[in-house]
Amino acid sequence: MAGVTLETVRKIYAGNVEAVKGVSLGIEDGSFCVLVGPSGCGKSTLLRMIAGLETISGGAIKIGDRVVNEVEPADRDIAMVFQNYALYPHMSVYDNMAYGLKNRKTPKDEIEKRVKEAARILAIEPFLDRKPRALSGGQRQRVAMGRAIVRKPQVFLFDEPLSNLDAKLRVQMRVEIKRLQKALGVTSIYVTHDQVEAMTLSDKLVVMSGGQIEQVGTPGEVYRRPETRFVATFIGSPPMNILPGIVEGPGRVSVGGQSIAVTDMKDGLAPGAAIEVGLRPEDVQAGTTGASSLTMDVDFVEELGATQLFHGKVAGADFVVQASTGQIAADTRKLTLAVDPANVHLFDPQTTKRLGRA
Amino acid sequence: MVENRPFRTFMAYLTLIVGVVVVAFPVYLAIMASTFDTATIINGNMPLTPGDQAPENYTRALFYGGKLAREPVSMMMVNSMIMALGIAFGKILISILSAYAVVYFKFPFRKTAFWVIFITLMLPVEVRIYPTYKIVADLGLLDTYTGLIMPLIASATGTLLFRQFFMTVPDELLEASKIDGAGPFRFFKDTLLPLSITTIAALFVIQFIYGWNQYLWPLLITTQSSMQTIVIGIKKMITTTDALTEWQIAMTTAVLAMVPPVLVVIFMQRLFVKGLVETEK
Ligand SMILES: Nc1ncnc2c1ncn2[C@@H]1O[C@H](COP(=O)(O)OP(=O)(O)O)[C@@H](O)[C@H]1O
Ligand SMILES: [Mg+2]
Repeated sequence: MAGVTLETVRKIYAGNVEAVKGVSLGIEDGSFCVLVGPSGCGKSTLLRMIAGLETISGGAIKIGDRVVNEVEPADRDIAMVFQNYALYPHMSVYDNMAYGLKNRKTPKDEIEKRVKEAARILAIEPFLDRKPRALSGGQRQRVAMGRAIVRKPQVFLFDEPLSNLDAKLRVQMRVEIKRLQKALGVTSIYVTHDQVEAMTLSDKLVVMSGGQIEQVGTPGEVYRRPETRFVATFIGSPPMNILPGIVEGPGRVSVGGQSIAVTDMKDGLAPGAAIEVGLRPEDVQAGTTGASSLTMDVDFVEELGATQLFHGKVAGADFVVQASTGQIAADTRKLTLAVDPANVHLFDPQTTKRLGRA
Repeated sequence: MVENRPFRTFMAYLTLIVGVVVVAFPVYLAIMASTFDTATIINGNMPLTPGDQAPENYTRALFYGGKLAREPVSMMMVNSMIMALGIAFGKILISILSAYAVVYFKFPFRKTAFWVIFITLMLPVEVRIYPTYKIVADLGLLDTYTGLIMPLIASATGTLLFRQFFMTVPDELLEASKIDGAGPFRFFKDTLLPLSITTIAALFVIQFIYGWNQYLWPLLITTQSSMQTIVIGIKKMITTTDALTEWQIAMTTAVLAMVPPVLVVIFMQRLFVKGLVETEK
């Protein structure tokens, strides 16, 4: 088994489109790394370069200690699961899984052993003789994973493998992929635009935007301490509220004339400077007052069952608050919000970078 | 309108039936004519029910030929068969390979290559007949099967058909094959070819019939009677002087000429449907 190392990897497509702009990243052996970002941010391109399906315009990709820039996909010891499964339509499920092994001249009994085992793990034994067209979406997905497993590769690559499934199946398969990856311990790189998938699956979360890495960390780190405004609003649902504010002094900012205490604030910010104040909808306590508090004009309420979302305005900017159902009357027009200084995120309005302690 | 429905259905069927009768009647007449002797056909009062000369006519046509074209029809059929199969398989082979190259390999002027193939081959044999004849003659291929088949093999239709089909095959299949360790040849053999079965069957039917019905080209390049094809044979059996034409033999040959294309259609139709049921992208 092996880790994957990217060293200032770049991809320039024909027509001078720079899809990946110098990405460096180390993925530890056996870990589950998720690349997440909005559509068009270059995550598929990066994954396909690791797979060897796209040429590398600059930098180096290493699998283990070997630079694989010039290595054919088949010789990189990777397996890939595609978004639309890419099963061979004319081959049975068994042959779909066996094909890669046959091409590698694996002995017949070894092929059979591995396919049977993968089929058992994935619970697709009853379908081995069927053609892919006679399977449901979820079953096809399993076959696609089976095809990857039987190869016993160094690295699994997934490109949005769940986006063709319905919502319920997606959650179920997500759990299965995670369990499987833990059981097999194979280094995995997974591409998705869905931040919930990204948070739940990853050991290492890589947030990308515009061909560059915005932040790398554990899901917890990225959620608790987003390094840029982009990450702050991309990770977490509903997204973080961003309010315009002004620096008052060390550890204090004001939003629409209301003063707020902040724990994580960079030293030496000039009083009176503009600043962006980020608050997660789930991090503010509605209906109470605390050390610092804000007032909100409520426009409407969204019911989510266990929780309610209050939409409205704070200091003229859109704001969303999450509260347990029943905690606040649904017809409330004015809310007081208690703000914990530890939950306030500050960003530079120009560079959009976090203005926290080093 | 609802009350008009039965009448309209009736009219639709009537039109179809009339159409079928118009098309089928001459064929029926030919089949009937192949069961009488010359005298019965010539006097203009041939019955529309089968006569008793069928065994005699078919044996004579197949094994001895007519008075004018003295070659047995069985031999002509073998020639036609070789030519039609040669053309059909040759066209499929050439066009599937050129389409594969044009779609899956990135070489300079790939688009240009495709359009050049396309434009030059849009011209049928009849248009480029002189240069083609000259080349075949200079190569000493007159009166050979190679000369008969080769100039008709190159096919823009086939290339286009396969190109369109290949472009509907998802790129991910190629990529999955690459990762599964299949090179260009294996991908072609293991994935593309099995997926193309229906297209191949369709093309085979069209090209077999095209090859079987060739008239001008075989007429030009074959001089020996042993190289004669059945379509030429029929023509030779019919002369301007009615009295000399052995109509029953000509009709028998015509009926025999219809058999292989009909069989191909019937047989291929099965494969066709089977292919449609079994493969899916
Ligand atoms: N084959 C290609 N040729 C040119 N540009 C491409 C090609 N593939 C992708 N791109 C561009 O590269 C950027 C990143 O694409 P991609 O990696 O597919 O994004 P993502 O998977 O994050 O949605 C996009 O702007 C896209 O338009
Ligand atoms: Mg993508």
